[in-house]
Amino acid sequence: MVEKSIHEINRRIKDGSVNVVTAEEMVGIVAELGADGAAKEVDVVTTGTFGAMCSSGVWVNLGHSEPPIKMQKVWFNDVEAYTGLAAVDAYIGVTQLSETRGMEYGGAHVIEDLLRGKSVDVHATAYGTDCYPRKQLDTTITLDDINQAVMMNPRNCYQKYNVATNSSNRTLHTYMGALLPDYGNATYSAAGVLSPLSNDPNYETIGTGTRIFLGGAQGYITGAGTQHDPTNKFGTIMVQGDLKKMNPDYVRAATFPGYGTSLYLGIGIPIPIINERVALATAVSDADISTNILDYATASRARPKLGQVTYEQLKSGTIDINGREVTTSSMSSFKVARKIAGELKDWIKRGEFIVSLPVDRLSTQGVFKPMLQTQETPLVGDIMSGNVVTIKQDASVYEAAKKIIESAFNHLPVVSNNNSLAGIVTSWDISKAVADDKFDLVEDIMTKDTVKAISSETIDVAAYRLDQNNVSAMPVVDKNDQVIGIITSDDISKLLARRC
Amino acid sequence: MKIRINVAPDIVVTPIIAEVILETRTLLNISQAHIDSTKGEIIADVPIDEFDKIKSALTSRGAKITIMDKPISRDEDECVECGACVSVCPVKVFTFGEDWSVNLDEGNCIQCGTCIEMCPHGALTLEQ
Ligand code: SF4
Ligand code: SF4
Repeated sequence: MVEKSIHEINRRIKDGSVNVVTAEEMVGIVAELGADGAAKEVDVVTTGTFGAMCSSGVWVNLGHSEPPIKMQKVWFNDVEAYTGLAAVDAYIGVTQLSETRGMEYGGAHVIEDLLRGKSVDVHATAYGTDCYPRKQLDTTITLDDINQAVMMNPRNCYQKYNVATNSSNRTLHTYMGALLPDYGNATYSAAGVLSPLSNDPNYETIGTGTRIFLGGAQGYITGAGTQHDPTNKFGTIMVQGDLKKMNPDYVRAATFPGYGTSLYLGIGIPIPIINERVALATAVSDADISTNILDYATASRARPKLGQVTYEQLKSGTIDINGREVTTSSMSSFKVARKIAGELKDWIKRGEFIVSLPVDRLSTQGVFKPMLQTQETPLVGDIMSGNVVTIKQDASVYEAAKKIIESAFNHLPVVSNNNSLAGIVTSWDISKAVADDKFDLVEDIMTKDTVKAISSETIDVAAYRLDQNNVSAMPVVDKNDQVIGIITSDDISKLLARRC
Repeated sequence: MKIRINVAPDIVVTPIIAEVILETRTLLNISQAHIDSTKGEIIADVPIDEFDKIKSALTSRGAKITIMDKPISRDEDECVECGACVSVCPVKVFTFGEDWSVNLDEGNCIQCGTCIEMCPHGALTLEQ
């Protein structure tokens, strides 16, 4: 078994004899020389990733004002930051949205603007104390004016990530981008062959204290990230670095239209080849890393799994989902990931970056648990009206009008001859038909693309759908599309009013 | 040149196109067609010197013609070459190069705007 000490590797970095390759190059080297040959030959393997890292942010310290303030609330360019701690520290989270500009500008944009040397408006409020009498503060700062700007990200660098697709009939706007209706596309993330944690899945060299490339500067891993889920090979890391030293090429604010803001961040992790096992792990290729395809049409934490694919298949441009050929998009840039692995390689070769072993290992066991919810979430079935009145699609408009008057329901689900849902007709549709002098059949005036619900859905999901579609009622159907009830926005608001 | 032909849903599209081809004796190269109960929209390539003839033949039959000479444009400073746009474009304007660059072939663009909604970096725009 080949063993190499970290000191030996760092000695080679200092005397310029170190052999560094990227994780992509390592695949071929191990194939050619075997793990033991590669372990002898190669000292460090570099990895890289560049994609949306939503759980990121920057701690800033503004220095004391005159007279001093203990900020209770603070905004940077109208983006609120967290300041529930002493005086003039604040945490700018990347996904916080501007209170005036909405989704087009968020915490990530404040961070990028600071890094690009732009000035940022600060507004703070406080309750005032004997030691901090000031209650209001307005100033304009740049990165140079503040004491510290430390990026501290609780969860970055997912080992791998799910593939997202959409079985529904409308476009979904998600953190995985726009998902077109009817499996119109599939999106994926993470760098596959270059993914840092996939190249050291046992976390032998990646751990607390490991020195890394973070946003174009040297940074550190401070521990396992939140939601670290090593048992399922979804490891994450927590990282820290000095924003003032970073390069704006690798710290890029983003907006996912219809979803919100995030930060595209470049991370590269060097893996010192201390033994054959580590060498072998860095030979992982796109074909070896597989991930699940999930249907984002289900608004639940348990999204249906539609299959498994490898990164090799994803990068080919199309994947097969239940017999359909679906075009894929990556949400993270493989080109920039490659650039990062290359840049880190150059730093090490030039002796500017010394590799380290972790002072503590990340746990290799453990799962990410779902939330404990102590309040029951009511389901559509619990609050829908079960005594729904329906009308046949070949009934006359006159009959529909009569039913609405008799039943006092404003919405009549329309059913076909086998009783399955065909549409919906409202008192408005009927008035309109009368006004237009159009006394046709119900099927001619009904809305056909009916927004509907199922009884096992939570009311929060149903309420969101009502809202999104701008309707006030939905028929509830069973799995055969038979109408079993109706749920209205009134039912839901009454329940929500009781909840709070 | 690329044109967009819009017809109201109550006009049946296909005979119009056939009639126009017969009348003008020029080929309309149809690259996209969306015809349903709400709209009829066709994207076609036409020879530049036949455009006037085709236009009058189409408009006389109630169709609306738009010249599509302002394809998608990309702000290279904003683009990070993630490739998110690749999967949403119906006519494959965006493709990955050998080195994972995201290449742009705007000549194919039919100005549908889908990619604008996809780009996380606000790099894509269509001139109105
Ligand atoms: S989605 Fe936007 S940032 Fe990504 S490659 Fe396309 S244009 Fe560039
Ligand atoms: S506007 Fe439509 S056709 Fe043009 S590049 Fe974007 S997605 Fe493709």
